[in-house]
Amino acid sequence: MTVIGWIQILLFCAILVALTPLVGGYMTRVFAGERTFLSPVLRPVEAAIYWVGGVDDKREQHWLTYTVAMLLFHVAGFLFLYALLRVQASLPFNPAEQANVAPDLAFNTAVSFITNTNWQNYGGEGTMSYLTQMLGLTHQNFLSAATGIVLAVALIRGFARASAKTVGNFWVDITRCTLYILLPICIAYALFLVWQGMSQTLGAYVDATTLEGAKQTIAVGPVASQVAIKMLGTNGGGFFNANAAHPFENPTALSNFVQMLSIFLLGAALTNVFGRMVGNQRQGWAILAVMGILFVAGVAFCYWAEANGTATLNALGISGGNMEGKEVRFGIVASALFAVITTAASCGAVNAMHDSFTALGGMIPLINMQLGEIVIGGVGAGLYGMLLFVIVTIFIAGLMVGRTPEYVGKKIEAKEVKMAMLAILAMPLMMLGWTAVAAVNPQALPQLGNSGPHGFSEMLYLYVSSTANNGSAFGGITANTMFFNITGAVAMFVGRFFMIIPAMAIAGSLVEKKIIAPSAGTFPTTGGLFVGLTVGVILVVGGLTFFPVLALGPIVEHLAMLAGTVF
Amino acid sequence: MLKEIRPAIVVLVLLTLITGLAYPLAMTGIAGAIFPNQAQGSLIEKDGKVIGSALIGQAFASDKYFQGRPSATNAPDPKDSTKTIDAPYNAANSMGSNLGPTSKALADRLKGDVDRLKAENPNAAVPVDLVTTSGSGLDPDISPAAALFQVSRVAKARGLPETSVRTLVEGQVEGRTLGLLGEPRVNVLKLNLALDALKS
Repeated sequence: MTVIGWIQILLFCAILVALTPLVGGYMTRVFAGERTFLSPVLRPVEAAIYWVGGVDDKREQHWLTYTVAMLLFHVAGFLFLYALLRVQASLPFNPAEQANVAPDLAFNTAVSFITNTNWQNYGGEGTMSYLTQMLGLTHQNFLSAATGIVLAVALIRGFARASAKTVGNFWVDITRCTLYILLPICIAYALFLVWQGMSQTLGAYVDATTLEGAKQTIAVGPVASQVAIKMLGTNGGGFFNANAAHPFENPTALSNFVQMLSIFLLGAALTNVFGRMVGNQRQGWAILAVMGILFVAGVAFCYWAEANGTATLNALGISGGNMEGKEVRFGIVASALFAVITTAASCGAVNAMHDSFTALGGMIPLINMQLGEIVIGGVGAGLYGMLLFVIVTIFIAGLMVGRTPEYVGKKIEAKEVKMAMLAILAMPLMMLGWTAVAAVNPQALPQLGNSGPHGFSEMLYLYVSSTANNGSAFGGITANTMFFNITGAVAMFVGRFFMIIPAMAIAGSLVEKKIIAPSAGTFPTTGGLFVGLTVGVILVVGGLTFFPVLALGPIVEHLAMLAGTVF
Repeated sequence: MLKEIRPAIVVLVLLTLITGLAYPLAMTGIAGAIFPNQAQGSLIEKDGKVIGSALIGQAFASDKYFQGRPSATNAPDPKDSTKTIDAPYNAANSMGSNLGPTSKALADRLKGDVDRLKAENPNAAVPVDLVTTSGSGLDPDISPAAALFQVSRVAKARGLPETSVRTLVEGQVEGRTLGLLGEPRVNVLKLNLALDALKS
């Protein structure tokens, strides 16, 4: 670990905190339906969409209607993407002549992109046509991200409104989110990325003759436009197989730094949106503090583990940390930081191969996802995931003092706690259950890329990443098989909707309650005690659920490494 | 509930056209106009022919050239399409080794490479990036230490004085961005092009 490494980490945190209230303020205005500086250009487009779609933008929806609208939108998106994957060979913009995608892979990929997971059982440059990358994948990057954001906003309205019936209009929210927030940022961001060296062309792959006379085919494509939303929307699905480690997908140290910021930008800003909408920005900062504590702890541990290197390297007298699977332009610190960020959020883009991390370094991404990606988290998903934990925390605090718990003026009662627990229990069921099934499946085991405990970690990582809708991988596993395609898709599906639907039910229940003025007996939720208690609850729930499986994977691997064992 | 079907289809189709077609095509047009070199892939031409991309590493085997990092990329086996063969720096199929810290295959590979490099230059510590594969398999850079490590071999193979090769390497080092971000590095292809220019 070096001083300049720590300065990079601190700089990252400082810029993020500075941007949070700025972007949060803008987002609050967008979702309140107010005019913004972009309205002269965008309002006509927005109005046209409502007119064709028959949407009355003044009319709000009950939480059930809102949820049904969201689900229908997903169904339509899924069918469209699946069909596109199955017929891409007959469509234009396919200079590399990619074939149609096989049914099980197309199913997995379609579920993967509508759930904001972007798990990739395929290699981008070897499978997808340009049209699929743009019309299929880029657009789902926008829409699945927008869905996450608007659901979080609907839940916030549940907290913020008193004795109301509606939580917003899904069609209005999703349109405004896409047009006013995601698209403008992406346009500027994509141009920045091209300036840094990212390719953005519809031309064919380039054939070069190297200095030594060999032939090298260089895959290019419309990369920057996709990467901008892939990062901003915490999607993470790469244009190329190597994702953000590929020089065209992350050309410089500066592009890397900005990509890391953009992963957290909207998720962090949503905590501020929460604070503003419930009428006290300190409520948002308290949630960001909980996230920040867990984040910095993860970064410090992962950076330390990677900088220490592996027993194999150290035995050969090689210093400089564990550079296997990492790029020189990023080095140890920017790779470790990226890995923690991408799994704290539900991004899943990688700028280094997590499979080659040290056992303990690779455990941090696993833990981040197992906790439900509530450290900033996926756009929207992180906030509603964190609010579920807050509900449990408030409930526990209420038990301690024997008083009905309340949060930002709303009574937290049996229904809310039950729904929060449903979501919190569905996640480990998918993560641990499918790992157990795969571990005894003779067809699954030959697909592992590493033997010993590391092979077990590869399977565990697959289902943890799928359930958490992350999409990063311990990539040594060959997961493009019928078994992994189907079970992974089920995990992604449950991980997304068993989080969303309970969260929306909570929103619907809360929005009808009246707001109680704080009294002497109210547990203050803006102070250090609340922050500490929430961190504690998250770690206790996560620890009790996942310590045994971590002991079987990364921890035993670390002990084996110290003993000099290789597999 | 049925009345939500119309907006579901309309909003999906219109937003798809905006974000999936208009946006990437507009970006392609604008980027091509403002940053044509980067948009095409930062290609480097020599005598009118494309010899590679400044951002994509390529395989160097000769002692006369500085060599990049080991690469884990592969390609389909021409004899049996269900298998793959090693194809370092295959820029149409980026990938890392994905070998874990307790992998025997990785330990054996590291030992072989370290022994070979120690034999080549016993006077310096072996830099870690010269024996580890990158995440993409296409890393265009090596660390300054890894470039300096190869100076004596390259100088000998080319019959040049070591000091002039060393000066060339030092001139090719790119520092941290803004003095802060990333790590110092040397682009191998650009270094080798400069090396070829030095001879003539």
